[in-house]
Amino acid sequence: MKVSLFLTCLADAAYPADVGRSTVEVLERLGCEIDFPKNQTCCGQPAYNSGFHRETRDVAKHMIRTFEHADYIVSPSGSCVAMLKEYPHLFEDDPEWIGRAKKLADKSYELTQFIVNVLEVEDVGAEFEGKVTYHTSCHMTRLLGEREAPMKLLKNVKGLNFTELPNKQQCCGFGGTFSVKMLPISEQMVDEKVQHIEETNADILIGADLGCLMNIGGRIDRQGKSVKVMHIAEILNSQK
Amino acid sequence: MGVKISNEKFFDRVDKGIKDTFMRKAVSEAQSRLEGRKIEVTEELGNWEDWRDLSEEIRQHTLENLDYYLEQFARNVAKQGGHVFFAGNAEEANDYITSVVKKKNAKNIVKSKSMVTEEIGMNEALEEIGCNVVESDLGEWILQLDDHDPPSHIVVPALHKNKEQIRETFNKKRQYDKTSDPDELAKFARQELRKDFLAAEVGITGCNFAVAESGSVSLVTNEGNARLATTLPETQITVMGMERIVPTWKELDILVTMLCRSAVGQKLTSYITGLTATKEQGDVDGPEEFHVVIVDNGRSKILGTKFQSALQCIRCAACINVCPVYRHVGGHSYGSIYPGPIGAVLTPLLEGYEDYKELPFASSLCAACTDACPVKIPLHEQLVEHRRIIVEQEGKSSFGEKLAMKGYAFGASTPSLYQMGIKGAPTFINTIAGKDGDGKGAGPIKLWTDIRNLPKSTGQSFRKWYNNREKGGND
Repeated sequence: MKVSLFLTCLADAAYPADVGRSTVEVLERLGCEIDFPKNQTCCGQPAYNSGFHRETRDVAKHMIRTFEHADYIVSPSGSCVAMLKEYPHLFEDDPEWIGRAKKLADKSYELTQFIVNVLEVEDVGAEFEGKVTYHTSCHMTRLLGEREAPMKLLKNVKGLNFTELPNKQQCCGFGGTFSVKMLPISEQMVDEKVQHIEETNADILIGADLGCLMNIGGRIDRQGKSVKVMHIAEILNSQK
Repeated sequence: MGVKISNEKFFDRVDKGIKDTFMRKAVSEAQSRLEGRKIEVTEELGNWEDWRDLSEEIRQHTLENLDYYLEQFARNVAKQGGHVFFAGNAEEANDYITSVVKKKNAKNIVKSKSMVTEEIGMNEALEEIGCNVVESDLGEWILQLDDHDPPSHIVVPALHKNKEQIRETFNKKRQYDKTSDPDELAKFARQELRKDFLAAEVGITGCNFAVAESGSVSLVTNEGNARLATTLPETQITVMGMERIVPTWKELDILVTMLCRSAVGQKLTSYITGLTATKEQGDVDGPEEFHVVIVDNGRSKILGTKFQSALQCIRCAACINVCPVYRHVGGHSYGSIYPGPIGAVLTPLLEGYEDYKELPFASSLCAACTDACPVKIPLHEQLVEHRRIIVEQEGKSSFGEKLAMKGYAFGASTPSLYQMGIKGAPTFINTIAGKDGDGKGAGPIKLWTDIRNLPKSTGQSFRKWYNNREKGGND
């Protein structure tokens, strides 16, 4: 099965290779052939959520062209995939682009969603020793509607000592530009999230969205706390 | 009071809210309590999503045929001797209400809880003509006694006050000298309010739902105050937003249970009152004169727009009870009598963007509100639509942001430029972040690093790793 990887701009620019590399290796281990369209950029969410929809359309058109050849688009981010699925709304009045946008939306999957629902695999054979908790991510659960897949996969990772995060449904306060535009509110939200993470006594916070992890991890680091954040792809790619 | 409750700037209000540790504790506890109870009574139904679909359908159908149902309702009220007045705006509504009160030579008015009367500033209009207007909902009464402190929640208006503060208010304003025990406080309020109920010549209520097929008005309370306010006074005036209507009692049945479950986690509240027309021969109580004021005040201009579904709202506050922003800043930070997600959607629609342009941005778009809404208003999508209008039609974004977004869009649709950007990004981030990741930078990056570290951008980039691998190089 040929899978086109949409890395996301955060994994592309702000983080080292780990998340993308883990995504590629897990999918290859499950028998997928990976294609990485080099012209890919960003899903357009920063402009979209800020109200700049004309600008978002330019970005969306570029992404539609870049991934038009793909059979499946898989991305290690629920939020960015939810944005790809917004594209048809952006082209409601554009008969030329709406069909192309719908096709892109229909073949886009978040990584864990793809593994569980398309590949129909719940045990990727991973092994990882550690006391962990998991942040569910709002866009993954509520916009994409994917609540089960990450938990199904984590349940089968050997060695995980898992504690559920209290108030897990609550936003971490990232929200893209919200994190800087509404800094004082975002700060209170991330502080409450960090407090709940500490209540679990976990050493590692797992998440499936780098936006949330950058926010929570950045706050944890600033407070000099020792909890580490890791992307779920890295956990799923861990082997003994 | 009107919709606007503060002249302070948005971030000053937010700052005040965040610093109010008591209020925040009260809000987060109330949120957990209400949300917990809601989950219990919705899970008990077993098919909550089907109920939401049905409720959405009822509200959509009613709004699409609003003219028909309003006319049917008005005809049925009139047929039974009631009076109906359609008010285009707040002033028309208040003029009508004050004229009825003047005609009755009434001085004492008792009210049950109503957001629309707050919206149109009815109390002030009545006080101006010399009336004594008493709020009979316990929360609203406390706020009224406390020098008209604005409500901070649409169902639990005095959520931001604790029992000590309430005791102090009672003591200062009504020489209350007992403890802050809630039972004792409530008993005192009941005694005080009873005098007002008995003295009132006019009772004014809001309206949870009007029933078109019978010309009835239904009211939902836990205190029974709406029942009493429509039983003792000779004249009843009901004020309703023009969208608060259902076709028949069958739909009322469904929406009332959705309202009670979503608002306070009860299957039904203690009192659900259905009122049709005036006192008939042989009735021992009820009003002799009945007026319904149907208020537009900006609602009809929402019909037919992308915001139409905001009028589906049944004012249950489920969105407020799950909102993480409301949780930390409280109701007063919104600057409107309508706080929380529905407030951030509705307030700019009713009052314009000028005073409320920050509200649609005061959301992380986590969509907890959309998920909680029993009538499925896509609240977070409407916040994004507000943002689009603010940027594209109102031109209210800053020059710097416009430039940044244009630059972003150009970069993100030009691969060569984008790739240059990401190649430079680690060096850029590391330079700003400094050795410990806590450097300052400028602009949005400075704001980010005010409270958080930047990610540690060390090691090989994905593209480098991938290219090497493609060339057959080692990892």
